[in-house]
Amino acid sequence: MGRFKVTKQDTFIDMTPMSDVMVLLLTFFMLTATFVKEEPVKVNTPGSVSEIKIPENNLLTIFVEQNGKVFMSMDSPSNMKKLVDVMVENGAFQMSDAEKAQFAQVPMFGTPISTVPGWLKADDKNGILTSDPKAGIPCDSINDELAVWVQAARKALGEGDAMRIAIKADQKTSYKVIKNVMNSLRRIDENRYNLLTSLKGVDK
Amino acid sequence: MAKKGGSKQKKMNARVDFTPMVDMIMLLVTFFMLCTTLLKPQTMEITMPSDKEDLQDEQRNQAKASEAITILIGEDNTLYYFEGTPENAKLVKTTYGKNGIRAELMKKNAKAQQKVAELDKKYETIEVNEKTKEDYKKALSEIKNGKGTPTVVIKASDKATYKNVIDVLDEMQICTIGKYVIDNFTDADQAMIDNLGK
Repeated sequence: MGRFKVTKQDTFIDMTPMSDVMVLLLTFFMLTATFVKEEPVKVNTPGSVSEIKIPENNLLTIFVEQNGKVFMSMDSPSNMKKLVDVMVENGAFQMSDAEKAQFAQVPMFGTPISTVPGWLKADDKNGILTSDPKAGIPCDSINDELAVWVQAARKALGEGDAMRIAIKADQKTSYKVIKNVMNSLRRIDENRYNLLTSLKGVDK
Repeated sequence: MAKKGGSKQKKMNARVDFTPMVDMIMLLVTFFMLCTTLLKPQTMEITMPSDKEDLQDEQRNQAKASEAITILIGEDNTLYYFEGTPENAKLVKTTYGKNGIRAELMKKNAKAQQKVAELDKKYETIEVNEKTKEDYKKALSEIKNGKGTPTVVIKASDKATYKNVIDVLDEMQICTIGKYVIDNFTDADQAMIDNLGK
């Protein structure tokens, strides 16, 4: 009689502990996950043997698109908010609190400063960045708005390692544009920055 | 009879089948795992000389002209280099990769390379912790900036691409060259390249 009972019980496996563990893992990964930001342009970074990882927090990324347009982005909406607060304080443009909040949610920006409020009202923001020939932050020596933005970000987040600057440029970008960006950063004494690359092995 | 049936029903209801749930959660876990780990970009740290320090750099380069190598990055993935000062230098055309510019830089930096290899060997056997890591970094930078190591001046023309510049910067890392500077590409440099073809 005992034998029968044993065989009957064995057919059913208890999944509860397993699902417990799985849910735990799932929660962990969901909380640690940082998603790729929506980028209006696809940037193929060049390969490099460098293995340093990019710092995660307080990062100001300067995007340089293949055709030489320059965009910018901050790592989190709260930092974007701080940046726009400083910009308004500096008198670069006027913005209501609602507009500021809207700006904080934008994944990437990059229009001349005078057109920023107008751009914010548009529906297809990323479309404007990619297709409008006037988009992109000017960074030549005559009209150096990139420096204005970077200085505002510096003021918003603090000196030194409180904010890191990273340049993410497409491998086909002309060096002329990169040089402009670098010179712009040099003029405001930002001499330490990171160049984003993707991993590549050394051909020995 | 009625009693028996009731007890049977109770027994059936006690167990819920978790298998489909586990299946789904597994799938989600896999998704999140792949998303988080694979999308972390690499970075290359760079320190540019500021406007004020620029002058000093130039002076230093001139003082050690014999150890200076200038790399010119031209259009269409062309690469040139010369040693010493531009006035009496011989421009040489080279290529990217291990047989081109890297071979030259390796030759120039052979002493440091050997020292780095020795250092690596020494630290291979030692247990890795924060202190040894610091020591290793210190020793490495000492070798990189030591006497006899070449100074490299990188000049990229406007027609060069970003990839070209990163490739050359990469070579600095592969060849363990600590002293390098990105300088402006001048008309004189373009003239040198143009004259080479004639």
